[in-house]
Amino acid sequence: MEREIYLDHAASTPVRIEARDEWMAAAEAHHANPTGAHKAARHARRALDDARDAIAAALGRPPAEVVFTSGGSEADNLAIRGVLGARGGVAVCSAGEHHAVLEPVEHAGGATVALDRTGRVAPDELRRVLSDLDHVSVVSLIAVNNETGAINDLPALAAVVRETAPDALLHTDAVQAVSWVDLGSLAADFDLVSITGHKLGGPIGTGALFVREGTVLDAQILGGGQERGRRAGTPDVAGAAAFAAAVEITVRYRDEEIARLGVLRDRLVAGLVERLGDIVQPTVATPGDVTNVAASIAHVMLRGVEAEALLFLLDSEGLRASAASSCSSGAQDPSPVLAAMGIDREVAEGSLRLSLGHTSTEADIDAALEIIPPAVERLLHH
Amino acid sequence: MVMMSGGVDSSVAAALLQQAGHAVVGVTMKLWGGPSDTGCCAVSDVDDARRVADRLGIEHHVFNFGDDFERDVVAPYVADHAAGLTPNPCIECNRHLKFDRLFRRADVLGFGTVATGHHARVVSTRDGPRLGRGADAAKDQSYVLHMLDQTVLSRLILPLGDLTKADVRRIAADLDLRTAHKPESQDVCFITNEHGRRAFLGDRIPLKSARVVEQDGTEVGSVESVELVTIGQRKGLGLAGGTDPRYVIDVDAPAGTVTVGEKADLVTSSTPLANWDWTGAAFDGELDLQCSAHGTVERGTVRSGGVDWSSPHRRIAPGQSVVAYVDGLVVGGGIATR
Repeated sequence: MEREIYLDHAASTPVRIEARDEWMAAAEAHHANPTGAHKAARHARRALDDARDAIAAALGRPPAEVVFTSGGSEADNLAIRGVLGARGGVAVCSAGEHHAVLEPVEHAGGATVALDRTGRVAPDELRRVLSDLDHVSVVSLIAVNNETGAINDLPALAAVVRETAPDALLHTDAVQAVSWVDLGSLAADFDLVSITGHKLGGPIGTGALFVREGTVLDAQILGGGQERGRRAGTPDVAGAAAFAAAVEITVRYRDEEIARLGVLRDRLVAGLVERLGDIVQPTVATPGDVTNVAASIAHVMLRGVEAEALLFLLDSEGLRASAASSCSSGAQDPSPVLAAMGIDREVAEGSLRLSLGHTSTEADIDAALEIIPPAVERLLHH
Repeated sequence: MVMMSGGVDSSVAAALLQQAGHAVVGVTMKLWGGPSDTGCCAVSDVDDARRVADRLGIEHHVFNFGDDFERDVVAPYVADHAAGLTPNPCIECNRHLKFDRLFRRADVLGFGTVATGHHARVVSTRDGPRLGRGADAAKDQSYVLHMLDQTVLSRLILPLGDLTKADVRRIAADLDLRTAHKPESQDVCFITNEHGRRAFLGDRIPLKSARVVEQDGTEVGSVESVELVTIGQRKGLGLAGGTDPRYVIDVDAPAGTVTVGEKADLVTSSTPLANWDWTGAAFDGELDLQCSAHGTVERGTVRSGGVDWSSPHRRIAPGQSVVAYVDGLVVGGGIATR
């Protein structure tokens, strides 16, 4: 088998062993529907609520806030559409949101806030947009950007919202965040927080929306009234157990991992700059900075290179990476995030996202530095 | 590299090359992001291409050339209609996307040869490679590929050239490919059947009404959208009726005039041409000429700026391609002008 250098953890990261073991064990142990009345059902229900407690505790929020979903997109949709359905009004988000936020906001005719050149929402810009709007009911601001890794100053932004749109609920898409920031404190002011399993070593298809107690939200899936009427459907007990195990491990080793991967990220970017010179422009990362930019993401722009062609060459060498967000067909679409930062479409075409995760090693970085520069040179000098 | 559109032809092309021992990689171009219910760029077609590649055990990649497609195919299509022409966007897609953009991509990725599932042949001649008609006359696609120059032809493999469509479907069925019975794509991929050309153009340009006049200038009717009128058209001209059938013989979009005449007025002895290119050396004397994808072959002589027909010929809508053949091989092509 060819060797694989997997540098696409921001798209999805391998399931952690602890999560896999929990997943298998729970799937075997719990055959009953947790909403039933008998002992087997109560047993399953307990496993589900244990998972709920564990996730809440790890992220410093009350267990009653946890609404399990099928992942980040569902959590984002429940937050935005749930609030609009219950309260009406206008939704506002940053222009650098994931599509799972951007689409529901734009679909509802909401407004967007441009990013600054560091990939973040500037408080003044947010204030300007909110000041021009009446009846803002929800403001959604991504915690860690999925493309660039830029980390928003959520407390400062929350203060602006409280001041200029005091009735608005605050939502953050924290799908990329749990591994790279102390989400509990960063998002403490937020009423609604979306997370997902597969970005931190849990199964794809697991996720949750934290909903602050007392928040009125229209369910988006109607049925048997599960998750306190906020999300119908038989709960995925095994998935929740695995998700919880992954969250616990992630949070426990988070600081060590941030330090470890931050060093690898910087080595990777520095190595590319050393080998390719000014062809490489780091999009936001600054060496040593794991506070404003996720330690895991090396996003660079390669002048004169077509990312799609580069990804093909890298893939054929066993290096898995990505450019802008992939569309459903598998093609690379132009990045709305880079556009929101004011980066020209042509420049953005040369973007490459190398994202690290819990399985990343020094050897991966060495291999990437062996593979990427010759591929770039080949495209440039063809 | 095999271009896989998600249809049966390119599926079989990939399978045949693989059987012949080539190391094959499948590529699907994503060209159109807007609504589509007719053509080749829908996500379901990409899925078909991917699943056929999976079935064959070959790698499959998707390249997004949406910006190129908009610039080189869609925008000129709209501009041509605005100018009263009748463009053929499939030819422009072949010219700019399939056999230029993708070939350049293949180049940088190190693919010496590229294959497609077109029904046509690459024939070696003393004057270099030439494009020949496909074995299945009803499916022959040499007309829409006429622009391929010898540099491209020397890198191109057309595995279906000697097969009929029935052969292709049988091979696909034998290999249990999911595209075996897939209907053929028709029409322009970015124009939906549901909304049509009028709605598509209307979203992008103001459609202008025009007067319908006889050749002596007498006004006899009107049309809502001059951009949608084409040579030879009989219906939708707002004519009173009671006369002999009237046909459009000229469209002057800037002046807002559509001229009609009798059937006999549809015939001409020469047609002006633009952008004529010979594939290799130029030819003197009479040639076989074809003016639509599966049209009849007529005789004529190509000279600077146009073609002289050997016998009276129906007028060709400006914007349509005229392709020249000698012994079934494409020797040149150009675009009819007004």
